[in-house]
Amino acid sequence: MVYDAIIIGAGLSGLAGGIRLALFDKKVLIVEKHTVIGGLNSFYTRKNRIFDVGLHAMTNYSPAGQRKSPLGKLLKQLRFRHEDFRLCQQETSEIRFPEKSLHFTNDFEYFKQEIAEQFPTQMDGFLKLLEKIENYDELSLVSNAPISAKAVLSEYLSDPLLIDMLFCPLAYYGSAREQDMEFYQFVIMFKSVFIEGFSKPEGGMHYILNLMVEKYRALGGEMLMGNGAKSIRIQNGRAIALVLADGTELQAKNILSSAGYLETLRLCDPAPVELESAEPGQMTFMESIFVLDKLPKELGYDQSIVFFSLNTKFEYRSPQIPIDPDSGVLCCPNNFQYPSPLPEGILRLTHQANYEYWNNLSRSDYLAAKKEQRAQALEKLFKIFPNFSQSVIFLDSFTPKTIEKYTGHLNGAVYGAPEKSKDGRTPYENLFICGTDQGFLGIIGATLSGISMANLHILQN
Amino acid sequence: MTKEQVRQAILDILTEIAPDEDIHSISDDGNLRDQIDLDSMDFLDIVMELRKRFNIEVPEKDYEFLATMSSCVNYLFPLLGDRKLAS
Repeated sequence: MVYDAIIIGAGLSGLAGGIRLALFDKKVLIVEKHTVIGGLNSFYTRKNRIFDVGLHAMTNYSPAGQRKSPLGKLLKQLRFRHEDFRLCQQETSEIRFPEKSLHFTNDFEYFKQEIAEQFPTQMDGFLKLLEKIENYDELSLVSNAPISAKAVLSEYLSDPLLIDMLFCPLAYYGSAREQDMEFYQFVIMFKSVFIEGFSKPEGGMHYILNLMVEKYRALGGEMLMGNGAKSIRIQNGRAIALVLADGTELQAKNILSSAGYLETLRLCDPAPVELESAEPGQMTFMESIFVLDKLPKELGYDQSIVFFSLNTKFEYRSPQIPIDPDSGVLCCPNNFQYPSPLPEGILRLTHQANYEYWNNLSRSDYLAAKKEQRAQALEKLFKIFPNFSQSVIFLDSFTPKTIEKYTGHLNGAVYGAPEKSKDGRTPYENLFICGTDQGFLGIIGATLSGISMANLHILQN
Repeated sequence: MTKEQVRQAILDILTEIAPDEDIHSISDDGNLRDQIDLDSMDFLDIVMELRKRFNIEVPEKDYEFLATMSSCVNYLFPLLGDRKLAS
């Protein structure tokens, strides 16, 4: 039996690509090395609680009826109704720096007003930047010479604090590049975070993942869990077979891989020369999840998400130390507009981390280091936020090692490699990539990536 | 299929891919793209649905014939005219 397509990875991009192909009667198989779906945006269970991992919220919120927004495109291409996703919008989020703080909601006018009040001298430049952003074709699949977002921002804005405050949330939620982003990625993130905004599905990320799996299976798509791709056999410039971890060999006309660009090339047998020039990403994170005996609001945490920096200058890079407690992201999942409140208070705290440090620890040192780094992070956090230590009834942390294990990304690089392959092509004519390394960012971006690559390379042929 | 049935088949496809749009208000000669807010992703879906439902291949050079309802019917009628509707 020869599949029309085999998809590597049951994350959002793989599932979305699978649904598109199955919709039009392609014979498609998704292979996933783990027994849990979701990839980068997954979930896990501890003591009867289900915790979402991956992005704190979905970006790109747009209301029902919009067919041209990224969310609208995603819904129509996968034939979901807006209400199927049960999205609950954020309340207010915040960018908190030492001298200033900017709040934003899903109403972009609110954010503009904040900037006008906090940075009155920057407003002219900001409006001009906005015009450039709004007219930019950030979703073009053609790769152009890279343009530095920081360079563009400093053409329009003279206050480095505002530049860093705008950059901080967008970097945290999507940048594979240290200290900068490519401008098209900045535009994708700016629109998805500030202009469109945040929401969370009622029932958590696993609710949407399960919805997608159900649709995919109902359309006749096949899935193989706990048996991932071990290698892709190459002959005459084509992928001729996929070999699974258990040794099974499968044939497919096309392979669509969400494993990452470099990670996919590494599967190829024989290895391509392009492997030597491809650079893995470095940006990875440690996150701690705290379950509380009170609601975050009762403890003084009233924002949906806070992006903070304790220093005026914001650093975004793999830190020299295990984690950088001087900046981070704090998410209060409770502070979204759910129809009925979540059963328990939860806080998620994320920091930039150093992969090498975590990778070199022995098992026993690793557990001690998690505890120690978490304690240091909290000590810094409580300098500017209320202390919630007395209310913690359960906590858990994951590190770059955990991310590497569950996503397969080299270095635990959450957003993949800095160089993206926008058209999804690889050195081989029937092997394509989708997901993080294709370059559309965020949960909606990853999903659209699977859709676009399935359309472009498999359905249109 | 009669021309009216071909027209209905197109409406069925549009209902499937744009369930929120008011397809009954579509005029025969107005541009579909403008009337119900279709983009290139939607046109791919129309072509894919034609392939799936009727086994018709619409090559890319012929996409222009899908611009309005009446041009769709005129283009597809010769291809679908001898088909029987599934009962």
